Amino acid sequence: MHALSELEDAFRSLSKDANFQEELDGILKDYVGRETPLYFAERLSEHYKRPNGEGPLIYLKRGPQPHWSLLAKRLGKKRIIAETGAGQHGVATATVCARLGLECIIYMGAQDMERQSLNSLQVRAVHSGTATLKDATSEAIRDWVTNVETTHYILGSVAGPHPYPMMVRDFHAVIGKETRKQAMEKWGGKPDVLVACVGGGSNAMGLFHEFVDDPHVRLIGVEAAGFGLDSGKHAATLTKGDVGVLHGAMSYLLQDDDGQIIEPILSVLGILDYPGVGPEHSFLKDIRRAEYYSITDHEALEAFKRLSQLEGIIPALETSHALAFLEVLCPTLADGARVVLNCSGRGDKDVQTAIKHLKI
Amino acid sequence: MALAVGTFHCVHLPPRSRALAITSPLSRDQFDRGDSVVIPPAISLGCASISETFTKLKEQRKVAFIPYLTAGDPELLTTSAALRMLDACGSDVIELGVPHWNPVMDGPVIQRAFERALATGVDVDAIMAMLSEVVPELSCPITVLSYFHPVLEYGVSKFLAAMNEVGARGLIVPDLPLEEAEILRKEAKTKKIEMVFHTTPSTQKGRTREIAKASEGFLYLVKTRQSSPLNIGPPRQETDKPVAVGFGVSEPEHVRQLSAWGADGVIVGSALVQRLGEAVSPSEGLRAMEAHARFLMAALP
Repeated sequence: MHALSELEDAFRSLSKDANFQEELDGILKDYVGRETPLYFAERLSEHYKRPNGEGPLIYLKRGPQPHWSLLAKRLGKKRIIAETGAGQHGVATATVCARLGLECIIYMGAQDMERQSLNSLQVRAVHSGTATLKDATSEAIRDWVTNVETTHYILGSVAGPHPYPMMVRDFHAVIGKETRKQAMEKWGGKPDVLVACVGGGSNAMGLFHEFVDDPHVRLIGVEAAGFGLDSGKHAATLTKGDVGVLHGAMSYLLQDDDGQIIEPILSVLGILDYPGVGPEHSFLKDIRRAEYYSITDHEALEAFKRLSQLEGIIPALETSHALAFLEVLCPTLADGARVVLNCSGRGDKDVQTAIKHLKI
Repeated sequence: MALAVGTFHCVHLPPRSRALAITSPLSRDQFDRGDSVVIPPAISLGCASISETFTKLKEQRKVAFIPYLTAGDPELLTTSAALRMLDACGSDVIELGVPHWNPVMDGPVIQRAFERALATGVDVDAIMAMLSEVVPELSCPITVLSYFHPVLEYGVSKFLAAMNEVGARGLIVPDLPLEEAEILRKEAKTKKIEMVFHTTPSTQKGRTREIAKASEGFLYLVKTRQSSPLNIGPPRQETDKPVAVGFGVSEPEHVRQLSAWGADGVIVGSALVQRLGEAVSPSEGLRAMEAHARFLMAALP
C-alpha cells in the first residue's frame, strides 16, 4: 500500500507540474507522433449505406498508443518493470526505456513466450500458475512491492491496484482529447458514438474518458468472443464475467462456479487476453453509461479483411473486433450519425496470423 | 487445568503423544481407531480471543509463536493433523491460509502450496467443515488468512458467519487496504471476529497509526526485504497494541533477534509450509514441520 500511496502522490503532483506536462507533450508530439489523425473512412461508410442512401459516417482515430514512461524518470527510479501478454506492451516499454536509459525487465508467462518470440528483450519467464499474462502481472507486482525503492512498475492497462487504473487512463486520455478537438474542427460538433476494442481496456478508456460526461455520446466497448460465448473459449469479461478481485482491483472477471478464474484462452487470435477488465469499465457498465458487446474470431477476421480491402488500412486484430461490431451497429444508426472508432496500433504484426486463418 | 464452561478460557490439553509420527499415509481410520492421538469428545469450549491471548502472554512476559499453514496442502486431512500438532507443541495463535489462484502477496513457497491445495479441489466449504471438527479440540485461537476474492465470492456475511460457526477468532485479508475494509470490519465485529491489519517498516507514521488503531488482536508488521535489521521502534511507537512480526522468519536466530528487538510475537509461514507440503509423504511432512516448529520455539525467551 505504501508503494501505491507514494505513486499516487507523485502522479498527482506531477499532473499539476507545468514542466512535466510540457516535457510530456513534447515527447508525445516528437517521439510518439501525436496528434494522430481522425480519418473519415469514406469507403467504409459507403459500405454501410442503406438502399435509400442513408447511413452513419465512420471516422477512424488512428495512430500509435500513447506511452508514459516519463513518470518513471521523474520519480527517479532507474529500474523499470512491466508485464506483457502477447508482447506489445513489453516491446513498447523496452523501447521507451532505451530512450530514457533505464534498466528494463519484462515479465512474461512461459506459455505466452512459447507463442511469441521476443529475443530482443530481457524477458523473465514466469512459470507459476498457468504461466500466462495473469501470472506475469502477479510476478511484476511482487517484484515491485519488494523493490519499490528502486523500481517503477509500468502496468500495461487500466487494471491493477489504484492508482494504476486512473493513471493509465489519464495517460491515454490524450486520445479522447484530440478526438474532441478534431471533431469540432471537422464538423463543428461531437461524435455520436465511440467504439473501441476492450482487452484490459486502456485503449477504450483513453477514447471514452473525455466524453463520459457528455450523455449524448454513446460509448461502446467490444470484447473478444473467441470461438463464441458458449464455447468457453473467449475473453468476454464484461458480458460473461462476475465481480471478483484481481491484482488489487475489484472488477468483472471470468470465473467458473467455484470462483476460480477462467483464463481467456484461446481465441484463434489469442489477444485481448487479460482475464479481467479495468474496474472503470465495470463501473461504466454497471451504471449503464457504456455498453459492451463481443465479437468472435471469425467476425474479427472478416472485418480485418474488409477494412484492408475498402480503405487500404490494415488494422490490428484487436481493433478488428471493434470494426466487426460496425456490422451490427450501423444498420441501427440514424442517417449522418458520426461514429469514431479507435483504430490505434498497426496490423502489420497481424498479417501472417490473418492470412493463416483466412486461408488467403 | 480447570475449565470454566460457558466462558472463554484457554484450555491446555495434555501434550500430544508421538503417535502422530506414523509412517503410513494418514487416513481417517487411524484417527478413529485411536492409533494416534486422542481427540477428546467434542465439548464446545471456545478459545480465548487473539487479544486475550496476547494479554496473557504479556503478563507471563512471553513472546507469541504464531505458525501459518495453507489449508489443503498437501491435503485437508494433513492440515487438520498439523493444526492439532502445532497446538500441542505450544503455538499461541495459528494462522490458516485459504488457497487462492492469484496470491500476489506470497512468495514462491506459498504460491506452490496454494497450487497443490487447489489441485485437491479444496474450497472454503471444505476448510470450514474441517475447522468445525478441529477447532473445538484446540487450545489456541485460529486466525483465517484469506485474500479478498474468495471472501467476496463466498459472500462476506456468509464467510464471517461460517467462521463464527466453526469458532475461528481472527481474520486477516492481506490485499484489502484499510480504506476498503469498513464493511468487513463492521460485520466482523458483530461476530466477535478480530480483524488483523498489516503495516511495514517503510509505511508512513500517520498511516501506521491508523492501521494500528483499526487492527484488532495485534498489529502485523511485515518484515520486507529492505528492513534488516528490523526496526520495530517506529511502528511500536504508534501503538500500545502487541506487534507481531512475519515474512521471512525461518531460523531460531530470527526468532531470537526479533524477541530481542521487542516483538510481541513471531509469525512463521514458509519455513513450516515448505517442510509440510514438499515432503515425500504427509507423515514425513508432519514430522519435519513439528520438529522445526519446536526448534524455533526453543529460541523464544
